[in-house]
Amino acid sequence: MTRPITAVNDFVVKFANVNGSGSASANGLFVKAILRMGVPVGARNIFPSNIQGLPTWYEIRVSGHGWLGRRGGVDLMVAMNPQTWDRDVAEIEPGGYLFYDSTKPMPSSKFRDDITVVGLPLTALCNAAYAEPSKRKILKNIIYLGALTFLLGIERAVVEALLAEEYAAKPALIPANIEALQIGFDHARDHLKPLGLKLRRADAVGDRIFVDGNTAAGLGAVYGGATVCAWYPITPSTSLAEAFTAYCRKLRHDPETGPDGGGARYAIVQAEDEIASIGMVTGAGWNGARAFTCTSGPGVSLMQEFIGLSYFAEIPGVIFDVQRGGPSTGMPTRTQQSDILSAAYASHGDTKHVLLLPEGPNECFEFGALAFDLADRLQTMIFVMLDLDMGMNEWLIEPFRWDEDRVLDRGKIMTAEMLEAGADFGRYKDVDGDGIPWRTLPATHPSKGSYFTRGTSRDPYARYSEEGAVYVDNMERLLRKFETAKSLVPPPIVRRAARKTSYGVIYYGSTSPAMDEALAGLEADGVAVDALRVRAFPFEGEIFEFIAAHDLVFVVEQNRDAQLRTLLINEGGVDPARLVKVLNYDGSPITARFIQAELAKGMGVPKARAGEMVR
Amino acid sequence: MTYIAKPQFHHPSLKHNALGFTRRDYEGKVSTLCAGCGHDSISAAIVQACFEIDLEPHRLAKLSGIGCSSKTPDYFLGASHGFNTVHGRMPSVLTGANLANRSLIYLGVSGDGDSASIGLGQFAHAMRRGVNMTYIVENNGVYGLTKGQFSATADKGSKSKKGVVNSDSGIDMVGLALQLGATFVARSFSGDKDQLVPLIKAALTHKGAAFIDVLSPCIAFNNHKGSTKSFDWVREHNEAVNRLDVLMARMAVTASYEPGSLTEVTQHDGSVLLLRKVAEDYDPTDHAGAISYLQHAHAAGEIVTGLLYVDPEAEELHDALGTVKQPLNALPDEELVPPVAALDKINAGLR
Repeated sequence: MTRPITAVNDFVVKFANVNGSGSASANGLFVKAILRMGVPVGARNIFPSNIQGLPTWYEIRVSGHGWLGRRGGVDLMVAMNPQTWDRDVAEIEPGGYLFYDSTKPMPSSKFRDDITVVGLPLTALCNAAYAEPSKRKILKNIIYLGALTFLLGIERAVVEALLAEEYAAKPALIPANIEALQIGFDHARDHLKPLGLKLRRADAVGDRIFVDGNTAAGLGAVYGGATVCAWYPITPSTSLAEAFTAYCRKLRHDPETGPDGGGARYAIVQAEDEIASIGMVTGAGWNGARAFTCTSGPGVSLMQEFIGLSYFAEIPGVIFDVQRGGPSTGMPTRTQQSDILSAAYASHGDTKHVLLLPEGPNECFEFGALAFDLADRLQTMIFVMLDLDMGMNEWLIEPFRWDEDRVLDRGKIMTAEMLEAGADFGRYKDVDGDGIPWRTLPATHPSKGSYFTRGTSRDPYARYSEEGAVYVDNMERLLRKFETAKSLVPPPIVRRAARKTSYGVIYYGSTSPAMDEALAGLEADGVAVDALRVRAFPFEGEIFEFIAAHDLVFVVEQNRDAQLRTLLINEGGVDPARLVKVLNYDGSPITARFIQAELAKGMGVPKARAGEMVR
Repeated sequence: MTYIAKPQFHHPSLKHNALGFTRRDYEGKVSTLCAGCGHDSISAAIVQACFEIDLEPHRLAKLSGIGCSSKTPDYFLGASHGFNTVHGRMPSVLTGANLANRSLIYLGVSGDGDSASIGLGQFAHAMRRGVNMTYIVENNGVYGLTKGQFSATADKGSKSKKGVVNSDSGIDMVGLALQLGATFVARSFSGDKDQLVPLIKAALTHKGAAFIDVLSPCIAFNNHKGSTKSFDWVREHNEAVNRLDVLMARMAVTASYEPGSLTEVTQHDGSVLLLRKVAEDYDPTDHAGAISYLQHAHAAGEIVTGLLYVDPEAEELHDALGTVKQPLNALPDEELVPPVAALDKINAGLR
């Protein structure tokens, strides 16, 4: 028998449930209880594209150190789904724990010798306590939560307080839930021993908040001054539009008239499809409103024609692309970073688009607001590239911050006064040498400044033209504008290793928390790697300087074809041999262990000898 | 589409409207459509209508899709901002533009290829949303720019210029608009300016989704024997249900008509639509009756024209959304960006 794992505030728990069984609420309470005890937690919901009946998991990284990405491996499996029993049991670390419903006896072949099995007669307890099937279904989850409260040393008062908060609007439900919690707790206390995994009150959470990226991005859009949202439901982006709607209802009403008096300082339309949603964004952007849509890869595919129009006709707008597993329908409820290329070069002809690559909810908020400034400044479509892991999972992050003195950048809009003063208005004229022309909004002036917007070629004064030289001039100006964008987008963040090294690693987006832990792990093994986090496309010079300064650079991505690496090679003329692919694309968020192992392997030294290979 | 601007010269005797504009102030660039194209007649009718209702030219935003008809916004209202979008998807762009600034007048111009095929979905949803706009389909039953293929509005059994017989049923955009909830639905003929100009005037003053299907024969590819969209066919089968006059709110209603031959419809803004009945039993405010009338006329081989339906109390999209009266594109930072205190409260709620 392998020695049982013992750990305080540092382990991985995974709940295996059935979709639609009401487990999400209990699992959420479990996480919040740990956070209220001051212990940091990273939580990931792994769910099927289905309403009821298919397997779902909830994986929780408890880390007093503050590692919030997926570590890899499971220390405690709460196995509540017979469908996935075998694979759930197989996933447990040697010395780990299996918690299961022991109402029905199971053959010994269904267990492993190297784990500790903890059985709770959950169904029996539930059936004994409740006659109604609906109660049995829901409260079963609270009963196992009660047992885990005892087994892991969670403070019961914390869970009870959370239950009171959860059902504040329906107080009649509180006693039943407290009772169920008690049933589980008492049974575990009377029949089971506490596990080697323990939770102990700490002070490592501080004033951090627990929020998902879609909510953060929706709030960012509010602070960024977005007034028009046209969207179409698609997993995993839907909750972004819903968050924007909820925050607008709270924060964006004329105080005189209120929500029911025609006082909405926003317009939200659920469009008939993704094409209509980006069309509305295009129309609103042309007419001077800050407009956005949120979607996922299939939506971006549908929007291609309008994105090309916006690029060429130079119309501002924002697309939040919450990436999921592709291609086609792929894995709709699993995460990937596989829209990088299709967004960067969206539409036919020669196009390039600005991408913002947030690492988590904080940057979803910041970039969510910034995207509207960039869209207006650059008069183009800006993509904010989230993914399912970041968008739909709650992350522990620093509180949102906003500078009260910040002024929204509306870009180059020519006013009636400027026109009246004799400004030479040419809609596509590069007046300032930065490739960005001035624009007028419809109805600016009775006789000056009007122009015809079109997707066909035109001269600097917006006059239709099929002259080759005129077309080339325009396309070159668009490249100049893209060059200007480099100075406006968030720069990369470089983290130097403690010692000089010829190895570098580039990563982006939701890989960040796992990368934090992997880099710390490598350092503990004596391996030095410099790290650079890309935060936007176009790539600014520092990224290529970083690559040039290292013999070998690993590019860590969550897609099959190393899309960011391709973009780096394409845009920077980098020798492909110097960029090593490190790819995770099974739909699950990348783990620290995977990154650490791949980097160690790529450096040619076994993990056991990693400490000797530092240059 | 052209870059050839018309000369600015105005004859001193040109009539001025209440705003001091002449008809020439509502014109655009020189048309490059085929000589005699019905679409140019529609452009002329738009110019006339805008002049007559004293619309400030720059306060109108004109949007179109792709095709012969969609080129036409360049040929009228040169002082207005125009947007030639993508094929069939003008309605969504217009909707977005309208959301950004509800204070402008929106005119969407489209064709049957644009609106009845790739754009059918967007056409439908713009109508059912009640976007405050005038949506004109310049309907010739044929693809002109690609030289003569049937469009989805071509009648079953009609013949192409090459003699091919259309085997698909034609889509009746008017019937569709009625079913979809458009609150102003009319049909006219590019060759009947007396009917078309008042219809455009009425549509532009209507609050809500106003749709006009204008039969506009393509002289190059669909004006031959066997076509049901030719000038001759439309003239011979035209059944006008009414004739329209529009009295703006500021005008005193002094006209006198014989009882029984006139319907007055007062719109939200006080403008009055005076409908001289041709079909005595026709009531343009009866939605079900309009659908029934249309179907019976179609069965009889008639092309019904005139104002077929109007809801004078119609609401539009902004009413449903409850947006502020000010244009969203003009709201200042302080009305858009919540205070930091609100963010602190949100942070507190996420712990």
